Amino acid sequence: MPVTVKTFTSTNEAAAALSSDRSARYLGGGTLVMRALNEGDISISTVVRASDQAMTRIDASGARVVLGAGVTFARILAERDLGFLHAPARSIGGPAVRNMGTVGGNLFAPVPYGDFTVAMLALDAVVSVQGGLGGREIGIEEFLQSRDRQAGTLVLAISFAKPGSTEAFRYRKIARIKPKGGAVITLAAHLPVNGSRIVGARVALGSMAPTPIRARAAERALEGRALDASTINAAAAAAVEGTSPGDNALASAWYRREIVGVHLRRLLSGQE
Amino acid sequence: MTKTPLQFQHNGRDVAIFVDGGTNLLVALRELIGDMTPKFGCGQGGCGTCSVLIDGELHLSCLTLAETVAGRSVETLDGIKDGPNLHPLQRAFADNFAAQCGYCTPGMLMAAKALLDRNPQPSRAEVVEAISGNICRCTGYEPIINAVLAAASGGRARA
Amino acid sequence: MLELRKDLFADERDDNLKEIGKGTQRQDMLGHVTGTSPYFDDHKLQGMLHLKVVRSAHSHARLRRIDTSEAERSQGVRRVIRASDVPHNLNTLLSLINFGKDDEPSLAVDKVRYKGEPIVAIVADSPREAFEAITKVKIDYEPLPAVFDVEDALKPGAPVVNEVYPKNTFTYHETYDRQQLRFGDADRALASADHVLEQRYQMSPIEHAPTETNGSIAAPDTNGRYIVYTSTQALFFSVDTCAKILDVPSNTFHFIGGTVGGGFGGKVDTLTEPLCILGAMLTGRPVRYVFGREEEMQYGPPRGAERIYIKDGVMRDGRVVARKVRAYFDSGAYTRLSSYAAVKCAAHLPGPYTIPNVHGDVYCVFTNRTPATAMRGFGVTAMDFAIECQMDKLAHLVGMDPMEFRILNAYRDGDMKAHRREAKNTALIECVQVAAEKAKWPIREEFKRMSSRKDGGGIRAAVTLTPRETHAPAAAPIQQRTTYDRAPAATREPPPPPPSLPTSPPPPRPSAPSHGATRFSSVFGTRRR
Repeated sequence: MPVTVKTFTSTNEAAAALSSDRSARYLGGGTLVMRALNEGDISISTVVRASDQAMTRIDASGARVVLGAGVTFARILAERDLGFLHAPARSIGGPAVRNMGTVGGNLFAPVPYGDFTVAMLALDAVVSVQGGLGGREIGIEEFLQSRDRQAGTLVLAISFAKPGSTEAFRYRKIARIKPKGGAVITLAAHLPVNGSRIVGARVALGSMAPTPIRARAAERALEGRALDASTINAAAAAAVEGTSPGDNALASAWYRREIVGVHLRRLLSGQE
Repeated sequence: MTKTPLQFQHNGRDVAIFVDGGTNLLVALRELIGDMTPKFGCGQGGCGTCSVLIDGELHLSCLTLAETVAGRSVETLDGIKDGPNLHPLQRAFADNFAAQCGYCTPGMLMAAKALLDRNPQPSRAEVVEAISGNICRCTGYEPIINAVLAAASGGRARA
Repeated sequence: MLELRKDLFADERDDNLKEIGKGTQRQDMLGHVTGTSPYFDDHKLQGMLHLKVVRSAHSHARLRRIDTSEAERSQGVRRVIRASDVPHNLNTLLSLINFGKDDEPSLAVDKVRYKGEPIVAIVADSPREAFEAITKVKIDYEPLPAVFDVEDALKPGAPVVNEVYPKNTFTYHETYDRQQLRFGDADRALASADHVLEQRYQMSPIEHAPTETNGSIAAPDTNGRYIVYTSTQALFFSVDTCAKILDVPSNTFHFIGGTVGGGFGGKVDTLTEPLCILGAMLTGRPVRYVFGREEEMQYGPPRGAERIYIKDGVMRDGRVVARKVRAYFDSGAYTRLSSYAAVKCAAHLPGPYTIPNVHGDVYCVFTNRTPATAMRGFGVTAMDFAIECQMDKLAHLVGMDPMEFRILNAYRDGDMKAHRREAKNTALIECVQVAAEKAKWPIREEFKRMSSRKDGGGIRAAVTLTPRETHAPAAAPIQQRTTYDRAPAATREPPPPPPSLPTSPPPPRPSAPSHGATRFSSVFGTRRR
């Protein structure tokens, strides 16, 4: 069956087209869907697009940031108010991929990709989706856990609270090739501080499971404590708990398990 | 099979073609327009040899659905010469031995052009970053970086 | 910057270099920078069809049944090519020079021997339609035990990968299961050496990953011939291989190539041309067969893996007196060019050193892995890696500087190499001296004064007495790994005496060297002219 492209002006219609056809995929920046078509993935026979302006909107002026699903990494890098997201945005692809790849698409990017989603997970983002039955908001963790079943839903936007300080959000991607390459592992942490204590610690890991996951044991080791050497040691020691990394050409599961604590320590202690 | 009409500017010239559903811009340029300068290397966004400029922005043509360039401007290596004269980047690549097998060269040149159009005097680090999505397997990165720096502002590049 | 050291060996050449040291423009540069260099895929032909292959999902399996009926009815399919459609469906690349037995089909018959082996080819109007038809080919596999390790493949009872070579080793000269190098008495010399060091080295397969993937376009020409645009690195080799497989005279084809988007050895196997031309023959239309990136990475042939055991004997003064090497070249499921790689392994195992007792066994082994092929010095690179790691460890063991250790053991003009050829125009000593100088690595005066042209030959030109083996040794035992890495470095010894004495008394010099009387071919061995 040849591929059919359906372009809609409204997200409602696009969502309906997407949810009514199991072979339909939403085309964002093309880095996932076009790649699949190029490699001969015949499970896709309908490509859905939406030209709604809201899909490419950035609202970063207030305490809560809203990124339209079609916002590219290049646009995030051009946005001064999103400085804390420049490191994850810059860690993706070369310039061409950053001009194409989108925030929404990144939610679906398999290992060793999906670095931006690791940052979103650490920021406890909320994903706005439009299904066949209307719109709703899903916590990013729940979204990722059910990602395999989300192919028929249209992601509209992603939103999250801006970190209180630049210190509070940290990001680190380990790659074999610099400045560009798939991730060996990716780490992001959001460590809001109340007084001298961390309250609401979030640590997210990429390439340590089939989707980005939270390092809950490490979060527990950080919660309610000052970020001192003993806290960092405890968090680093707990980093591997609950992970299920796989082998790929970039690294083995064993290697990923070995290094995740090392890099969490460096992330928390602010080392380069 | 249903075909979709598509019009856009190709190297400053209006073109009109009919594409099959799902056709990527690389196939449209090569097979329907006959511009063989962008190359297929991976179809995955990993190598950069299919790089073109869309409205002046660097894109990977193999990952671009052809119909998304309707009404826009697409620039390829075929369009950067000035009549019979080589573009300064092309001359600098030749003078600095910045091509071996030549297969990554079209993408490298377009990535370099995207950089210099925006930033005429880049630093070495900025050049490295600009071509970081382009793979050269003959491992000629050093001469390529030197060529881009040489082309920048007629060779007066910063360190 | 390039620096020409004209002071070295100045008397050995006319100093009238006109090209070396000067920039010369490539003749293809203008095409490269304008994007007009003609690669195989840059040809747009009217009515071109697209060929894709169905690849084996198993590393080793019997093919019980292949059902292509649904694929044949699939939209846009012009032709399904099966093994029985290939006129001469068994080949080995080096059969063109009468080396090795035909062992590889273009499309698998009865059995698949590596994951990704081509089984059926689909020719369709578009790549998409070919991909759709691929999913409609039904193959009933009976999985067989597979072997992925070179030493496991040589154990009794190991699965037979390729029935053409039932012992899982390539057969040299219709007799031998390995390449052998025998020079002197390595066992005796090892027994009397001051130190013995045995180490294991392993190198993994390496994919060439050319930016342009393997591919070709074949089209009926106006004169009954076929025009073939190809990415091949070996155009005439490819013409003759296609002529053999398709059972037609080679002048049936007009091959056009020469502009290759990166090869590095990965485009010499004639992987796409035979099926592409056959597709054009069977449909009467131009056919394009190009690897996708995943195909290139997964099924394109890599540099073959090698496992190398080296056991060296070294004296306290730093002289390497014995070397015993056992190496396994992983050919994958078919020979391709690995038989030749093993020959090169054997040629390089003494290294550029004068070692009076050398014993080498190199096996070309079949496993259920992707067949290996050429890549930039294949057969040499891994062996040299192993040898040079070993030389560093030996230097450490006897407490010598690694640079001086190499100078001490380097071959010199007039020395006898383990292959029984006199070393001529040697320059390792000078290379190490210049490298040390450039790296500001201190070496002692007497080592700075040593020369490739001094102190060679004489007793070092002797062919040491080599015991005859009455019977082939049984399968080589798995030798114990040493604890070298934990061994403390020996204390530094005083400077060694001039390097001139092999351990065993040299036998009388052989009659005058017979240069010119015989010719050595790395494939065929020594032949009388």
